[in-house]
Amino acid sequence: MTHPLARLQADQGPLIPRNREIHPVPYDPGYKTSVARSPNQPLLAMESGLSEETGPTFGHSAFGQYDNNLILNWNRGAAPAIGERIMMHGRVLDENARPVRNTLVEIWQANAGGRYRHKKDGYLAPLDPNFGGCGRTLTDENGYYQFLTIRPGAYPWPNRGNDWRPMHIHVSVFGHSFGQRLITQMYFEGDPLINLCPIAKTVKDRASLDRLVAPLDMAHSRPLDYLAYKFDIVLRGRRQTMFENRIEGM
Amino acid sequence: MVQQLDTLQESASQTAGPYVHIGLMPSYTGNGQIYDSELGYSPIEEGAEGEIIEIVGEVIDGTGWTLRDALIESWQPDASGKFAGQEGADPKVSGWCRFAADAETGEFTLRTVKPGKVALRGGGFGAPHISLWVVARGINIGLQTRIYFEDEDNSEDPLLKRIEQRPRVETLIAKKEADGKYRFNIRLQGEGETVFLDI
Repeated sequence: MTHPLARLQADQGPLIPRNREIHPVPYDPGYKTSVARSPNQPLLAMESGLSEETGPTFGHSAFGQYDNNLILNWNRGAAPAIGERIMMHGRVLDENARPVRNTLVEIWQANAGGRYRHKKDGYLAPLDPNFGGCGRTLTDENGYYQFLTIRPGAYPWPNRGNDWRPMHIHVSVFGHSFGQRLITQMYFEGDPLINLCPIAKTVKDRASLDRLVAPLDMAHSRPLDYLAYKFDIVLRGRRQTMFENRIEGM
Repeated sequence: MVQQLDTLQESASQTAGPYVHIGLMPSYTGNGQIYDSELGYSPIEEGAEGEIIEIVGEVIDGTGWTLRDALIESWQPDASGKFAGQEGADPKVSGWCRFAADAETGEFTLRTVKPGKVALRGGGFGAPHISLWVVARGINIGLQTRIYFEDEDNSEDPLLKRIEQRPRVETLIAKKEADGKYRFNIRLQGEGETVFLDI
């Protein structure tokens, strides 16, 4: 019997170890909830195996017409959500700068007033009857994705005396392997609250935080309709397996 | 000055926040009307080969309090140890599930098929396990861990063997409570802290 790993393809090699310096610190007293929810013990380091190098795949058939249109998806086109219309778009690449194709990107966010459609969100901003606050899509063959949505409002939260979350959209990306799984946030260029936010500040490397701030992209904006913001996402890459006939492993 | 490497840097993680269910499990928050079907509802379809099991547990913080807002994803092979997409894998096992702590009790339930032994790079097999990824408000980067089973031979598993403090191995082993029923608690911090992975 052939060992099952012998059949794996070149792009299913071990994952590149995570550079945790560019990620948030798990324990950060400025973000109070992290205090009791962060491990004290060091993580156990291990080379990835099949459990991390494989992952679920998703087909287009699972998706509906409005899934990536948050302006219309709550009521399937009956009436648009209120607020500043934006297109959020970008590309999902891995650390080797290769596009991550046909992978699931999911987003969720507050409405234009800064309120989530959740029974535990008691902020005094009104709920928008035409806004649900989530969307999903697959990247295309070149790793590109896009959403139409409403720019979310900033909102206060009970952390320290007067903390406010900058405008942000939560982004969940799958990649092709379970070990690439990532949840991040997109912030908006020019928002002064980014520099005050305890959650943004859990990322200690400034360049790493700056990569979560989407620039205004007038070239992709549509006149008299929406502004565009560009948000590229990088997932972990794989160490390439060496092959005798393709020495570079690609 | 040396030349630049051409690799990119991974995007930084951020907390899934308090409202992660809005995005990933909208029906859990009563917003189920958005999608025709939700993803990751079950890791198996009716007719999956092997033993169907139920794993019940809680995610517990450093104060001993059970989280009400945890969201977990699991990934596993079928009963013969093959992952979806591999040749010969059971077509009834997608292997992936998304589930949440109960908003009142904090208890989660994963109903799935018991996984088989997993092939290792370099030959041999690791003990049967399910990989988990845990997110919640206050968890700044998703936590990876694994569920092993107390009624399997775990003695030669390379990951378990690598744990220097032997009592900590127990934190990765689901306890059998009845036929097909297991308990697996996840402790984020403090005494009995679960072994989390840097893979």
